[in-house]
Amino acid sequence: MKERIDARFAALKAEGRAGFVAYVMAGDPDAATAAKILAGLPGAGADLIEVGFPFSDPMAEGPPIQRAAIRALGAGMTLQGTLDLVRGFRDGDQTTPIVLMGYVNLLVNWGYEAFARDAAAAGVDGVIVVDLPPEESIPLADALDANGVSLIRLATPTTDDARLKVVIQRTSGFVYYVSVAGVTGVKEANAAAVAPNVERVRKASGLPVAVGFGIKTPERAAEIARVADAVVVGSALVDEIAEAVQMNEDVTQRVLSKADSLAKAVRSARVGQTTV
Amino acid sequence: MNAPNLPNDYAAYPDANGRFGDFGGRYVPETLMPLVHELEAAYRAAQADPAFRTELGGFLKDYVGRPSPLYFAERLTRHYGGAKIYLKREELNHTGSHKINNCMGQILLAMRMGKTRIIAETGAGQHGVATATVCARFGLPCIVYMGAVDVERQKPNVFRMNLLGAEVRPVTSGSATLKDATNEALRDWVTNVEDTYYLIGSVVGMHPYPQMVRDFQSVIGNEVRQQILEVEGRLPDAVVACVGGGSNAMGIFHPFLKDEGVRLYGVEAAGEGVGTDRHAAAINGGRPGVLHGSLSYLLQDREGQVTEAHSISAGLDYPGIGPEHSWLHDVGRATYLMATDQDSLDAFKLCAELEGILPAIESAHALARLDQVTKDVGKDGIVVLNLSGRGDKDVATVAAHLGMEI
Repeated sequence: MKERIDARFAALKAEGRAGFVAYVMAGDPDAATAAKILAGLPGAGADLIEVGFPFSDPMAEGPPIQRAAIRALGAGMTLQGTLDLVRGFRDGDQTTPIVLMGYVNLLVNWGYEAFARDAAAAGVDGVIVVDLPPEESIPLADALDANGVSLIRLATPTTDDARLKVVIQRTSGFVYYVSVAGVTGVKEANAAAVAPNVERVRKASGLPVAVGFGIKTPERAAEIARVADAVVVGSALVDEIAEAVQMNEDVTQRVLSKADSLAKAVRSARVGQTTV
Repeated sequence: MNAPNLPNDYAAYPDANGRFGDFGGRYVPETLMPLVHELEAAYRAAQADPAFRTELGGFLKDYVGRPSPLYFAERLTRHYGGAKIYLKREELNHTGSHKINNCMGQILLAMRMGKTRIIAETGAGQHGVATATVCARFGLPCIVYMGAVDVERQKPNVFRMNLLGAEVRPVTSGSATLKDATNEALRDWVTNVEDTYYLIGSVVGMHPYPQMVRDFQSVIGNEVRQQILEVEGRLPDAVVACVGGGSNAMGIFHPFLKDEGVRLYGVEAAGEGVGTDRHAAAINGGRPGVLHGSLSYLLQDREGQVTEAHSISAGLDYPGIGPEHSWLHDVGRATYLMATDQDSLDAFKLCAELEGILPAIESAHALARLDQVTKDVGKDGIVVLNLSGRGDKDVATVAAHLGMEI
């Protein structure tokens, strides 16, 4: 529900800090472990959670999230499985917003209306569809609106002011600012370059702005947290899963510990700083 | 999906949103949307500019070798015992296939747009070679993404691209074939938005590519129209072409869309049979879905994960098909037949033995359905088949299937 996202950003604003958004892939490395990771993320400091639903051809992802999708699909994850995961999470947490992120073909197959209804019923609060620009998204926006789920849009370094007006139509919850032109988890974000764009998007949309793509370390997360309303980290978390699996370590513990260090960096970034 | 409306003018598509009926569109990440709009505007401007058309026409004539002949295949005609069979000799173009028609158009457009770096995807390597060729001709750096599996099975083409100065990047992600090479090219484009032009090789991808590639390939059908009127004094009864992404087929179909007396046949690759999971027949064996920027027929599992295509022909080994073909199928303007790997091998041999022409194994799929097409049009009919490429590149594949070593 949209309200959960709005309430969380209002609380963050009241606390005077940026939020930490953790991205994990549903079913990575398997459904049971992914459920444990999800359940542990709020305790590790995640203010919002993005849950990727795996697709065979993720054209905007860099190698880490491509590999995560392959692991998840290999372990049998589906869109239905993703919704089940969210439903399980909601049984224990009614306040942390969950945003699904993925590619449109699975939603086309499911049917937009049915998907919007089922996602809302599972406890999904927002949806990001990477390959669905505003020009193609009206039918999905209608379906999500009718079910109280936010359609989160992406603004990017190639989005000029004229394009921004198109991007923010019919969006709610927050706007996701893609900090680099590129795929996930390859280039590094630059806080100085990001700051004016965040301000521009915030002003145009009247919504909080989360910044993602290219944020891997606590230091970088803290820099971005000083200028954005939320900081998204995905590839760096997903890489922990890959390494833990490879080293035969406790996957859940390793991911949550990484999330914890990122969350602490985000939470303390503005200490001693007045409002942004 | 709604029942398709029958159009008044088939040739008037796509609409302003890049749609052929429900098919097509622009399903790309937001980072690419401004580039896609820029490309569309630049293409419109080029289309309207007589200087651009004159320049392209000059290169097609003197560099590519157009017009390509329309050849009456007397012995094939006799073999099938009825309708006259004409072959449109696209295999005689520079680089050995129709692919160069599109590459020449797009490279001139890229230069008009001030782009300085060219990327492309390739399956069999024919489009990669054609792209590397035009990049060499105009002095632009060229990066070709090619599935690692295809790099292995098409080594001569990799070497040709290297000789032409292109860098071939093997793609190991996913199934390591054409669809993955396309994903990787899109990832490159989204990363290098300032200077890079993505030269797509078929009538697939996001608008305006399906329209633009079709327009550049329509030189084939426009020539056929003129040539057949000269020799026969009338239009053909049927036009046949193989279909992977479908650029050679759209190129020969499009100038005949309005002529409802001309039957249009696309031939999909049925691999080991459309009843198996090893084929590449998107229309006959798939259902609508979104891949690489457009909604079209697609090979996918129940949930919508894209499944791997299979064909003896690397050039048809793609799980999707151009959106205009999906629409022509749904509205009933074109008929999509199939040929298996074995059918195509048989047709390859037949064409070599009867006409002295080694067809590309892709084009051999179209040759394989001359049996049905000649029957459909009857004894007095005229059939034009697009011989889209030459088969020299396929001799190793054919030898392997015949159990021979060369």
